[in-house]
Amino acid sequence: MKSYFARRLLQLIPVLIGMSIVVFSIIHAIPGDPATVILGDHATPEAVVDLKAEMGLDKPIVTQYLSYVKGIVTGDLGTSLRTKKPIMDEAIPYLAATIELMLISMIIAIVVGVNAGILAAWRRASWFDYGAMLIALVGVSVPVFWLGLMEQWVFAEKLGWLPSTGRINAREPVETITGLLLLDTTIQGNWIGFWDALKHLILPGLALGTIPMAIIARITRSSMLEVLNVDYVRTARAKGLSELKILYKHSLKNAFAPVLTIIGMLVGLLLGGAVLTETIFGWPGIGRYIYDAIGSRDYPVIQSGILIVSTIFVFVNLIVDLLYARLDPRIKYR
Amino acid sequence: MQNTSKVIARPVEIKSSKKPLWLEGLKKLKKQRTAMVGLAVVLFFILLGILAPVLTTQPVDGFNPEKTLIPPGSDHWFGTDDQGRDIFTRIIFGARISLWIGFFSVIGSIIAGCLLGLVAGFYGKWADTIISRFFDIMLAFPSILLAIAIVAILGPSLFNALIAIAIVNIPTYGRLIRSRVLSVKEEEYIMSARAIGMSDGRILFRHILPNSITPIIVQGTLGIATAILEAASLGFLGLGAQPGEPEWGKMLADARQFLTVAPWTLLFPGFAIMLTVIGFNMFGDGLRDALDPKMK
Repeated sequence: MKSYFARRLLQLIPVLIGMSIVVFSIIHAIPGDPATVILGDHATPEAVVDLKAEMGLDKPIVTQYLSYVKGIVTGDLGTSLRTKKPIMDEAIPYLAATIELMLISMIIAIVVGVNAGILAAWRRASWFDYGAMLIALVGVSVPVFWLGLMEQWVFAEKLGWLPSTGRINAREPVETITGLLLLDTTIQGNWIGFWDALKHLILPGLALGTIPMAIIARITRSSMLEVLNVDYVRTARAKGLSELKILYKHSLKNAFAPVLTIIGMLVGLLLGGAVLTETIFGWPGIGRYIYDAIGSRDYPVIQSGILIVSTIFVFVNLIVDLLYARLDPRIKYR
Repeated sequence: MQNTSKVIARPVEIKSSKKPLWLEGLKKLKKQRTAMVGLAVVLFFILLGILAPVLTTQPVDGFNPEKTLIPPGSDHWFGTDDQGRDIFTRIIFGARISLWIGFFSVIGSIIAGCLLGLVAGFYGKWADTIISRFFDIMLAFPSILLAIAIVAILGPSLFNALIAIAIVNIPTYGRLIRSRVLSVKEEEYIMSARAIGMSDGRILFRHILPNSITPIIVQGTLGIATAILEAASLGFLGLGAQPGEPEWGKMLADARQFLTVAPWTLLFPGFAIMLTVIGFNMFGDGLRDALDPKMK
């Protein structure tokens, strides 16, 4: 297991180098002169020269790449062209907001998706099965931004139950410690703040979590169907175990491996979906940070934002792979 | 003794009682109810797109100040938007855009993915290492973010969105075909093809590709659904369709601010995206069950 862990970490190196090359290339792949594109057609030649010097675009490309990598390794992601602030400092609060949103979405997706999948498999070909799978089909087909807008229309505009934008009521700000507001308010014992933060999380969390929820439900169902017919489940039934125990203890444990793999992949979907969800719900996360940067052609922010998000994705998948080995002892790693 | 050859029996005529494989597949497909419903939905939207100029007399674009934000009614089935444009008209013309992007981006990904996957799987060694690492790196990026990056480089337009979506989906097909090639190339008929001195190109495209294509067709059908969603997402972010173009995602982005006063401007384009995607997903699922039971 230890050697597998080491090998898996080593395998990451070429992927991370490749990612850094791709992200580095973004600015150089722009057709025409990047500095002119960033500043617009009406820029003076002096401004273009200045920007080139500021971004290091006047140096040889290998030197540029090496200094870029050196920056990443030392935690320097460059400065935003728009705000002139270090991207690293700017990105951290945004990242915390995205992580909080993703965690909530993932919890909703896993809790609802796994249980719906189990029940659908248990009561195969029942109305519940058909209903759940129909909802799951709609769930994988719905555009996340449209779902978000519809939620805003129904739950915020029509019913007025939940706030439609933002992370917290602006009039009652919460002192940030970790940046995860639910955690911060709990630490401070600020229950009003906690409730407020939770209310702000529900709509975007549900919008972002719907597609993963539907995918998880479908995978869990098909994986459970395979397991529910095997001998040890029959034995468990024969010796009179409760259905609950059979489903959740004996079957789910053996059916969970494919679900776990999918959960790892879904993190990518969540990180991508965050750009859309955060735009709609005015959520100050990394997705919106990237989106705003595109609008103002702030390429260093686009580059770093994509790099941060992809690095998270790669490491989450690493963790999933390692969990996989823990969860299913039948999988042997050499 | 004379060396004569006498025909003692006529060469055996090999008659296959089996119908061609694709006919078998089609027969199985017809039994899949979900696939047929999906196909019907897809055909419905294709027809809407083709017949769009016949089905409506309203202009797709332009500004009509007297007709802004009219609720759905007999004159305007789906109502009008803030520019006074008929939403029904824009949706049926939008079907053309979404289907066009869906089909062609998937075809692009399949062509590029198949070429890379065939080379990687067939030649192995360093070709496989390079191509597989390339796929790994691409898959390390969340797909919509990679598409955003590509559009940020190329500049926002419908065509560039199509290119971006095609590029980000290449590894999906590449990996699929690579794994198929790895098993197909060990088959005896490939060995015999090599033994009689057939060229690599012919082996790859006449023997290996046709025998590996089924999962690609299934994945491609499901891929159209994903591509339509991705195109709508890029359109919504302003990175795909440009002002005036009746792309569904772009329509939603433009109508966003009228959520409270004119919800119909958001309702119908969203339904259009969802129904088309459901159609392709149902058809793809059914196709998979009919053609490739192992993939279930």
